[in-house]
Amino acid sequence: MSFKIIVLAKQVPDTRNVGKDAMKADGTVNRAALPAIFNPEDLNALELALRIKDKLVDCEVIILTMGPFRAAEIIREAMYRGADRGYLITDRKFAGSDTLATSYTLSLAVKKLEPYNLILSGRQAIDGDTAQVGPQTAEKLNIPQITYAEEIIDVNSTHITVKRRLERGVEVVKSKLPVAVTVHSSAPACRQRVTKLLMKYKHSRTITELQNETKDYTELYSLRPYLQLEEWTVDDLHADVEKLGLSGSPTKVKKIENVVFQSKDSKVLTSSDADIDGLMKELLGSHVIG
Amino acid sequence: MANFYTDNENLKFHLTHPLMEKIVRLKEKDYIEKDQFDYAPRDFEDALDSYDKVLEIVGEISGDIVAPNAEGVDHAGPQLIDNEVHYAPGTVDNLDALVKAGMIGMSLPREYDGLNFPMTPYVMAAEIVSRADAGFANIWGLQDCAETIHEFGSEEIKKEYLPRFYKGATAAMDLTEPDAGSDLQAVQLKATFNTADNTWYLDGVKRFITNGDADISLVLARSEPNTTDARGLSLFVYDRANNAVKIRRIENKLGIKGSPTCELVFKNAPAKLIGDTKMGLIKYVMSLMNSARLGVGAQSVGLAEAAVREAQKYAEEREQFGKAIIQYPAVYELLTNMKVKTDAIRSLLYETARFVDIYKAYTFIGHDRKLDQAEREDNKHYQKLADVFTPLLKLFSSEYCNQIAYDALQIHGGTGYMKDFPVERIYRDARITTIYEGTSQLQVVAAIRGVVNGVYLKAMHDYLNTPVKPELQYLKSVLEKMTDQFAKIVEKVNEHEDSEFVDFHARRLVEMAGNIIMGCLLLHDANRNDVYSKSAEIFIRIGRADNISKVSLINQSHPKDLGAYKS
Repeated sequence: MSFKIIVLAKQVPDTRNVGKDAMKADGTVNRAALPAIFNPEDLNALELALRIKDKLVDCEVIILTMGPFRAAEIIREAMYRGADRGYLITDRKFAGSDTLATSYTLSLAVKKLEPYNLILSGRQAIDGDTAQVGPQTAEKLNIPQITYAEEIIDVNSTHITVKRRLERGVEVVKSKLPVAVTVHSSAPACRQRVTKLLMKYKHSRTITELQNETKDYTELYSLRPYLQLEEWTVDDLHADVEKLGLSGSPTKVKKIENVVFQSKDSKVLTSSDADIDGLMKELLGSHVIG
Repeated sequence: MANFYTDNENLKFHLTHPLMEKIVRLKEKDYIEKDQFDYAPRDFEDALDSYDKVLEIVGEISGDIVAPNAEGVDHAGPQLIDNEVHYAPGTVDNLDALVKAGMIGMSLPREYDGLNFPMTPYVMAAEIVSRADAGFANIWGLQDCAETIHEFGSEEIKKEYLPRFYKGATAAMDLTEPDAGSDLQAVQLKATFNTADNTWYLDGVKRFITNGDADISLVLARSEPNTTDARGLSLFVYDRANNAVKIRRIENKLGIKGSPTCELVFKNAPAKLIGDTKMGLIKYVMSLMNSARLGVGAQSVGLAEAAVREAQKYAEEREQFGKAIIQYPAVYELLTNMKVKTDAIRSLLYETARFVDIYKAYTFIGHDRKLDQAEREDNKHYQKLADVFTPLLKLFSSEYCNQIAYDALQIHGGTGYMKDFPVERIYRDARITTIYEGTSQLQVVAAIRGVVNGVYLKAMHDYLNTPVKPELQYLKSVLEKMTDQFAKIVEKVNEHEDSEFVDFHARRLVEMAGNIIMGCLLLHDANRNDVYSKSAEIFIRIGRADNISKVSLINQSHPKDLGAYKS
C-alpha cells in the first residue's frame, strides 16, 4: 500500500527582507510590498517528505495549503521539486482565521485525504511565528506529534524515528504512525526545482486561475488531466462556519505598535584591536549578535 | 538569495531576440514532440517560457550555491587519491545541485533524456554558471561532449552513453598531448584494433586534460599506423568504469583551480570508435572544438560580468579624497568601458550561438529527411557565418574579459591584489581564456579566412542594410564609413600577394572586422532597446579610433619591413 505523506505549507510575505514600505499607515502588513514566498520551514518539511519518497518504492507526497487564490503557486512550487499533487483550501469564509480556526480547517482537509501515514509541516510561519498550527492540527486529528524535527532517521510502514533539535542539544524519539511532525530550519534545505518537472507542471492551474487565464487550456487539460489543481471550499470540507475565519478565531489583535529604528547617538571606533574587541563585547552583551 | 539570471536583464533581452522563433521551430521540428513528452513545448511562446523558467533555476543555483562556494573551491582544489580525482567539497555540492535539478545534457534530444534546448539558452546557462565560478563552469560545461556523441556516434553508442548525462555523468575531451598542443595533427596516442575481441585499445599519454577523471571521455588517437598527420586520427569514447587509465598528476595552475587538469596514461584501455576512422580530427574534433569555443565565449562573458559587478561595487563604496572613487573620471571611464565591452562580447556571443543553432538544427533535420533547396541554402548561409563568427567570438570575448578583469583589479587598488576580494580570483581565472581551446593567435588564423573570403564584409553590409531608428542613423553612417575603410585596407594588404604579409597584419585586420561587427550588433541592440544606445555610441567611437590607428600602421608597412621583426 502506498505510503502517503501530507505536507502542510503556507504562502507568506517575505518578512526576511523588510523595507520601509513593509507596514501600511494603519498598522497592517503591506502585502504588495513584500513578495509572497513558500514559508521557509515548510520547504524544509517538503525536503524531508521528498527524502522519504526517494527511499520508499511506493510513496506519495501531497501538498495542502490554505490561502487566497494565488497560494496555488505553493502547490506548483512543490510539484516542481517532486511533490505528486496538491489541494488549495480557499474560501472567503476562511479570511481572518487564527491558529485555532486554521488548524480546524486543515484537520478537516486532512481527514478528506485519509488514510495517510505522515503529516509534515514547518515548525512555524515567518509571518505569524506562532508554531501552533502543526500541533493544534495533530490534536484535532487525535494523532501524536513530534515538534522541532531535524532529521528523519528511519521510517517504515508502522513507525518513525525522528531527531529533534532542542535548545540545548538533540533528542531522538520514536512514534507510531500516523504522526504529525513539525520541522525545524536546521533540517536540510529544500532541493532545487527540477527542470523537467517544472516544464511538466508549469501549466497546472486551479479552476479559479483558469477562469482568469487569457489562454485556452481546454485541449491541453483534456490530454493532461493531472494539470488541474483542486480547490476545496467550506462546502467541500463540510465545515462548521462558526468555527472558521474571524468568528472561529478567539485571538484578537489588541494593539499594533510600529517600531521605528532611530539612532540617537553615534560612536566613532578606530580599527584597533582594542576598539573592535570592545564593540564585539558590547554587541554580544546587548544580544544584537550571538 | 541571489539570482544571477533575474538580476541581469541583458540575458532576457538576448533570449527574446527575433531570430529565436525560427531557431526554436527548427530545433523542435515544428513542435512534433508536444504530445509525446509531457515537458516538450507546445509552441514558441511555451518554449521561451520554459527557457526563461529553467534559466531562473540556473540563476538561483549559481547565485545561492555556486558563487558562495567559489572561494572555498579555489583554495581547496581537487585532490588525487588512489588514482581518483576528488573534487573540492564545494564542487561536489555545486554538481549535486545542478544534476538533481536536471541541468546536464540540456541540449540532448528528449529520447536520450535531454531537454532538447537550443544552444542559445544553453550557452546562457553557461554564462550564468561562469559568472558564479568559471572553473566550475568547465566541469559542468563539458556536457558539450554529449553533443558530439549525439551527432557522430552510432545508435549503439548513443543508446549506451547519452542517457547517462541527465543522471549526472561527467565528461572530458582528451585531445592535448605533450607534443601536440595547438598542433593536434601531431597526436600520438595509439589506438589498436584487436580482431580477437572486436575492440579498440588505447595506449599513450594525454596532458592538460580538463576533468581528466570523468565518467565519459572522448579521446583523439592515432588509429592508422605509420601516419603522421590529421588523416591518421580517429575519435574514441572511453568509459571510466574500465579502470584502464592512470592519472599521473593534477596540475597546479594559476587559475580555474577548482577544475582538475590531469595528465593521463592510457594502458590498453578499451574504447569505442565514434563515427568513422580517420575523421577524428578533421570532422569530429573540429565540431567539438567549435562548441568548446562557444563555451569559452560564455565563460569569458560570465567572468566579465562578475568583474564589472565587483568593480562597480567597490568603486561606489571606496572613498578617497572625500568622495567615492567612482566619481573621478579616471575611474568612471574605466568602469563604463568595461561595461560597454561586456555588452559587446555578450551580443557577439548570442549572435554566434544563434548562427550555430540554425545550422545545427538543419543538420539534424537533414538526418531525418532531405532538406529542400531553400533549406540547404539557408543552412549553408548560417554555417558560413557560424564558422567565421566562432573564432571572432573566442578571440574578442577572451581578450576583453582579460582586459576587464585587469581593470577591475586596478579599480580595487592595493586591496584588489590581496586575497580578500573575489577580483583576484576572477583575474587569475580569466587568464586561461585566451589560451585554451585554441589561443588567440590561432583564432586569428581561423578568422582571417573570413576577412579574405569576404564573409565578414558581407555580414557588415547585411547589418547596415537593415534600417534603424532615425536617432541611430548617425551611428550607422559611422559604421558604413568604417566598413568602406576596412574593405579598402584589406585590398591594400592583399595587393602585395604575399601571404606572410597578410599573416603579419592578420590580427589587425580581424580586430578591425570585430570592431565593426560588434558595433553593428550594438547598433541593432540599441534599435531594439534604448538602454543599449550608450554602449553602441561609446563602442563605435572607440572602435573607429582603433581602426584609424590600425589603418595608419598598415599604411606605413611594407612586406620588406618584416625583416626588422625577425631575429
